[in-house]
Amino acid sequence: MRGSGGSTPAARALPGVHAVLTAADVPYQRPLGVGKDQLPLKGDKVRSLRDEIAAVAADTEEIAEAALKLIEVDYEDLPPLTDPADALKPGAPVIHGEKLPAPAPHDALKPGEPGDAEAHRHNVAMTFDYAQGDVAVGEAESDVVVDDWFRLHYVTHCCMGVSGVIAEFDRSGNLTLHSNTQVPFLHKREFAEILGMDPGRIRIIQPPIGGGFGSKLDIYPFEPICVFLAKATGRPVKLVFSREEEFIASPTRQPVLLRLRSGAKKDGTLTFRVCETLHDNGAYTSWGATTPFVMMQTISSLYRVPHCKYHTTAVYTNNPYAGSFRGYGNLQATFAVEQQIDELAEKLGIDPLEMRLKNAQDPGEVTPQGMHFKTCGLKECLTTAAEVSQFREKHRAALDARRVPSRYKRGVGMASMLHVGGGAKIYPSDGCGTILKIDDFAHVTLMTGASEIGQGSETVLAQLVCEELGIPMDAVTVVNNDTDITPWDVGVHASRTTFIGGNSAIGAARKAKAKILAAAAKATGVPDAELELRSGHIVRTANGEALTSLAKLLRSLHFSDKAELVMTTHYYEPPSKHQDKSFKGDVSAAYAWATQVVEVEVDTETGVVRLVKVTGAHDVGRVLNRLGIEGQIEGGIVMGQGYAITEDLIVENGVVRNPGFRDYKLVTAPEIPEMDVRFIETMDGEGPQGAKGVGEAPAICIAAATANAICNATGVRIRELPFTPEKVYRALHRAGAAASAAGD
Amino acid sequence: MSLKREIGFLLNGVETRATVPVDMSALAMLRDVLGLTGTKYACGEGECGACTVLVDGVSVCSCLQFAVDCEGRTVSTIEGVSREPLGAKLEQAFVDCGAVQCGFCTPGMVMQAKHFLEAHPHPTRDEIKRGIEGNLCRCTGYVKIVDAIEAASRGDR
Repeated sequence: MRGSGGSTPAARALPGVHAVLTAADVPYQRPLGVGKDQLPLKGDKVRSLRDEIAAVAADTEEIAEAALKLIEVDYEDLPPLTDPADALKPGAPVIHGEKLPAPAPHDALKPGEPGDAEAHRHNVAMTFDYAQGDVAVGEAESDVVVDDWFRLHYVTHCCMGVSGVIAEFDRSGNLTLHSNTQVPFLHKREFAEILGMDPGRIRIIQPPIGGGFGSKLDIYPFEPICVFLAKATGRPVKLVFSREEEFIASPTRQPVLLRLRSGAKKDGTLTFRVCETLHDNGAYTSWGATTPFVMMQTISSLYRVPHCKYHTTAVYTNNPYAGSFRGYGNLQATFAVEQQIDELAEKLGIDPLEMRLKNAQDPGEVTPQGMHFKTCGLKECLTTAAEVSQFREKHRAALDARRVPSRYKRGVGMASMLHVGGGAKIYPSDGCGTILKIDDFAHVTLMTGASEIGQGSETVLAQLVCEELGIPMDAVTVVNNDTDITPWDVGVHASRTTFIGGNSAIGAARKAKAKILAAAAKATGVPDAELELRSGHIVRTANGEALTSLAKLLRSLHFSDKAELVMTTHYYEPPSKHQDKSFKGDVSAAYAWATQVVEVEVDTETGVVRLVKVTGAHDVGRVLNRLGIEGQIEGGIVMGQGYAITEDLIVENGVVRNPGFRDYKLVTAPEIPEMDVRFIETMDGEGPQGAKGVGEAPAICIAAATANAICNATGVRIRELPFTPEKVYRALHRAGAAASAAGD
Repeated sequence: MSLKREIGFLLNGVETRATVPVDMSALAMLRDVLGLTGTKYACGEGECGACTVLVDGVSVCSCLQFAVDCEGRTVSTIEGVSREPLGAKLEQAFVDCGAVQCGFCTPGMVMQAKHFLEAHPHPTRDEIKRGIEGNLCRCTGYVKIVDAIEAASRGDR
């Protein structure tokens, strides 16, 4: 829509209203987000339903709502562009193309190749190209080739806690933000750019937040808008979404139209993959547009593929814009890759497990994309998941049962995944800082850059420090929520916190331990190599004799002539590499693997697909906290189940049609499958105590494995999500009609 | 702006008075008037259960109940749950079983579980799942929550 912004005198005059702002009131605002292609408050052109055009600060929500109704806006409708394919057609309306104020100077913290102004005139937001080997050679070597389109839909995070922020300036002009961000240190910098402020004057405090799952990885317009209001009123301003607003104005998972062509030799050896995707960027560029970083890794390296070509075009439309979401494109890529593995296996008459084992990588391999799998439990994941789930027997039984008419059909499907498990070197640093201090009573304060968003990092980091220092869990306080106190970290993403934050915490604890043992050696006369910390005491390793309590030793160090405290710092930077311009490089310090087997029951009369059982085998390096990791995996499986079967953010003509839990269906307790999760401990040499990241992994395979299971049960392959009763019913009946037509 | 009324009720065992707008929800009263922020807003339309409290022992979505309808009644929230043996047992079981991740659904889950176990002291796992059907959790996949309620029903520590 194009128009004149908003007219606000009546709203301003309402008693209890402290500020009413439109774009005209904040000429200093700068573009925000990954693509720097939107202003927080939009002016004469709005590009999607979620666009912000006016903001009100008032004494109460009620007054603010009343003031909003008094704002007059005058916009003329322009034809909406809501099909990404239409966006590329000649003569399509141009969504961007106007000049925005220049972003603040920036030293390339953000990856990706944003389209230039010329590209934006053709609605192209970003493109990605990757190639390895020569796909023509691969295709020539192939005995079978499959070529399919896959369509991946909109879903959204549905964090139980809605988005919100509190902004407050003090009298010196310092800004404090209470924010539920996942990336406080990147935001500190970016807020400064958007607001034209000195980053040193911005403090971000993270209260406990109701889940993140990737949604809080970017800055969204409501956050700087809240700062504008705080600035305009000179008072603290709080802005919290309603659930409806959360559905409309928070990001989605990236919807993708994907074409995959892949081939194999008679013996099952994979020969090549060609993947082309069209990403519906929505009206603005957030992290969703950059999911090709992860998608191309799966296309190039989930199983051994010598020849590969990958291309993505992310186009602007007037739809909601997509952000990062647990798995970051990998659910989409795996959905296609793992279905085609089954298709190739079927064409070749090879068992799906054999087909995967044939092409699975071994530890030590370096993929053509440059990923070095120092540990790799893929084969063990495959065999373990298959054995525990009785995959072979059930797969065969389902094939036999297809011939028998029955309303309910059972089937099993398998899918594996590859994901970064040791951070991801996307930014100049992928590190995390730790400050550790021990008080006179042997109580540790661990100040870590690693944020807690509900994933349990606080527990795991405390645990790692306890194990290093031989102290109980209740002797550690973790401080992780204040950028004025905690050292830098790149944020919660890429399943990195346990690995990176854990190594950082261990590094600081080891320095403290060395200092304590050296002091203990001096005090006891026993060489430090013969001492250790155990149960809050300095203990002689050989016989377990407690020589002195840790607290007493610390006090004697403190109240001595030299008067020393034990305080250490450590910054851990993983030994990973940035990708080169062609997207090659060992981008993570470790890689995580998993295989999941899904067993479904399909009601052929209604199209209802029920997840009966999910068996997961996860190469997690090492289990650090069993309850925590099981919880992550169970939660990920159910999130994957929602993606595969129940969740569907319906966007029609740019409008979200189901912005509430009544019509956007999250999985509830009675619907969860039986889950059997096994851990493959490959003891990664770089990981903290051998562990690798696991946060995103469990959600990735479910949709792909479910597709394969439905096909095993019914013989019908569905390449479009979600598997709603209607979609499954129609697919089964189309196939039935086709079969009877062929039979005639 | 809107009409206000003073009401009195028993909140977590304490006689409480509050002056509230007649169109205010019990959830808004608990959080914004009385400062008990343990009860969470997550949808405001009775679909997610995060705001579950017990009114006269029955679980309700406090976002759907008017504050004035608390008049003369007994209201229990997460802040008071550990005063009673079953509530304390549930809280401990949630901790022991790893049933909490981000924690946002937890207060509602615990209140719903308490209501459920009072009516069904020896449930099967399937009955527990049905018992918390109206409470959404985005983190845990529900398994550990069911474990916790089961453990509390058995009196496990």
